[in-house]
Amino acid sequence: MPTKQRYTPANFALELIGAAAALIFLVPFYFLLANSFKKLKDILLNAATFPESLGLDNFRRAWVAIDFPKVFLNSFLITSVSVLLLVVISSMMAYRLVRRPTTFNKLLLTVLVAAMIIPFQSVMLPLMRITSLFELRGEFYGIVICYMGFGISLSMFLYHGFIKSVPLEIEEAAVVDGCSPYGVFWRIVFPLLKPIGVTVAILNVLWIWNDYLLPVLVINDAMTTIPLAVQKFFGQYLRKWDLAMAALTLSTIPIVIFFLMLQKHIIEGITAGSVKG
Amino acid sequence: MAKTVQGPRSAKLSEWLQQTIFVGPGLIAFILIVLTPFAMGFYYTFTEWDGLDLGGAEWTGMANIERIFTNDPRFWQAFWFTAKFTLAAVLLTNVVAFLLALLMTQNVKSRGVLRTIFFLPNVIGGLLLGYIWYFIFTRGFSAIGEATNIGFFNLQWLGTPNTAFWGIVIVFVWQTAGYMMIIYIAAIIGVPKDLLEAARIDGAGRWQVLRSVLVPLIMPAITICLFLTTSNAFKMFDLNLSLTGGGPGNSTESIALNVYREALVNNRYGLGTAKAMIFFIGVALITVTQVWFTKKREVEA
Repeated sequence: MPTKQRYTPANFALELIGAAAALIFLVPFYFLLANSFKKLKDILLNAATFPESLGLDNFRRAWVAIDFPKVFLNSFLITSVSVLLLVVISSMMAYRLVRRPTTFNKLLLTVLVAAMIIPFQSVMLPLMRITSLFELRGEFYGIVICYMGFGISLSMFLYHGFIKSVPLEIEEAAVVDGCSPYGVFWRIVFPLLKPIGVTVAILNVLWIWNDYLLPVLVINDAMTTIPLAVQKFFGQYLRKWDLAMAALTLSTIPIVIFFLMLQKHIIEGITAGSVKG
Repeated sequence: MAKTVQGPRSAKLSEWLQQTIFVGPGLIAFILIVLTPFAMGFYYTFTEWDGLDLGGAEWTGMANIERIFTNDPRFWQAFWFTAKFTLAAVLLTNVVAFLLALLMTQNVKSRGVLRTIFFLPNVIGGLLLGYIWYFIFTRGFSAIGEATNIGFFNLQWLGTPNTAFWGIVIVFVWQTAGYMMIIYIAAIIGVPKDLLEAARIDGAGRWQVLRSVLVPLIMPAITICLFLTTSNAFKMFDLNLSLTGGGPGNSTESIALNVYREALVNNRYGLGTAKAMIFFIGVALITVTQVWFTKKREVEA
């Protein structure tokens, strides 16, 4: 598509079409935000109007009702530790599978890639049994290990595609200089993997942060994450829209900020990730 | 010191150690969390099991499978709902995403902002989105309907099977289109400009260029997007749970939700596992067929 063109009335028309589409996309966010500030009777009267005042009372009550600081911290810890470990183990595994394509390692690659097709529901029931058998249920490290198991396939696959294009010469030079295999990986190869590492990290953050079903099955109340807290809250206060809207807004804010801050990387990462995947 | 005297034995040992350290952690997690439960699933498919202890599973042979195929109308209702939903959601998502991508590759000044807005719903989880839209369908739309008197907004959206179906489709498209748009944009930008210009010079109209030149050239992206949307739609769970909960009645219950409820609500883990395995076969068949089908149409630029 030509990009260096004159700006014609047709372009302006496209601009308007784009703006109209954007408005439609934003309407749900308007409803969410506007009603977070309203009193319940105003919401029931008319959900489409602007709030009369921007008082934070709803937010204060929702903050307490879902115990926001605690569930935020839980989500944050589970997501960050899982993603960090996934980056480490998947890059190491991918490196080895690329550099030592033994029969075993080739088979392993095939199995990992094929496993991506298995839906979570087809694994979850026996998994519940496994998690209690190995005492992973209700433990922080338990859910982290679960995310490592479910995440390794895609993460390793993305790294694998990238490492194939990393030239071997640099590593050979380092070995001649007396660098151990582990030193070669951590000091020389791993820094070169940063572009795909960012992609892997972002895809995993979006997945784990928003995940609902796995935590429901394997964590206990003390580790409740944001999606679980919201789900529980709706079970209790379905018609308390003033509180519910404020709770939903609060719960949405962290990931939206994450997206707006890292937008460029996220969009590039998704492009890279999907082309490889 | 070991480094200087590396005989064949210590070299072999070092290889072993490296294999263990580099591959071990990921392999253990994968075997423990994915492979073993998946393999166990084949066994539990043929048992009656309360989910608690392994020995408590009682071998019942084909009983679960027979029951699903002969005496489980709710499962088949979920199956047909999921199939219809997948078809509608995949088609609409990809059409919307492709049109948005076409728009975003034109000379439009607000491109950057628009891209952010279209992508935004995607970063929020399905569970939260479902609740947000539950509010919009039950309270928001009626408010718009009262003000404008447009019939579309005055429907009982989540109250009838048909509108609830389209309600989930709308939210799915709204959530997923931005993601697919990103993939289509990358593909469209990658098409060599001279090919499109050559087609223009040869007298092809806009529609012809689109259909006969652009679409065949971005076929790899179409394969990817169809694959992603098909597998996401077929496996839909979070959105289903929070937006309709499968209702009204069981009319919008997806297979994933049906499997979940069979095990965790009805406490029939054996039957639930059997359904989960049939579900796996369905997912595998659909995605493999679809990728095979679209791959055939890919051409070299």
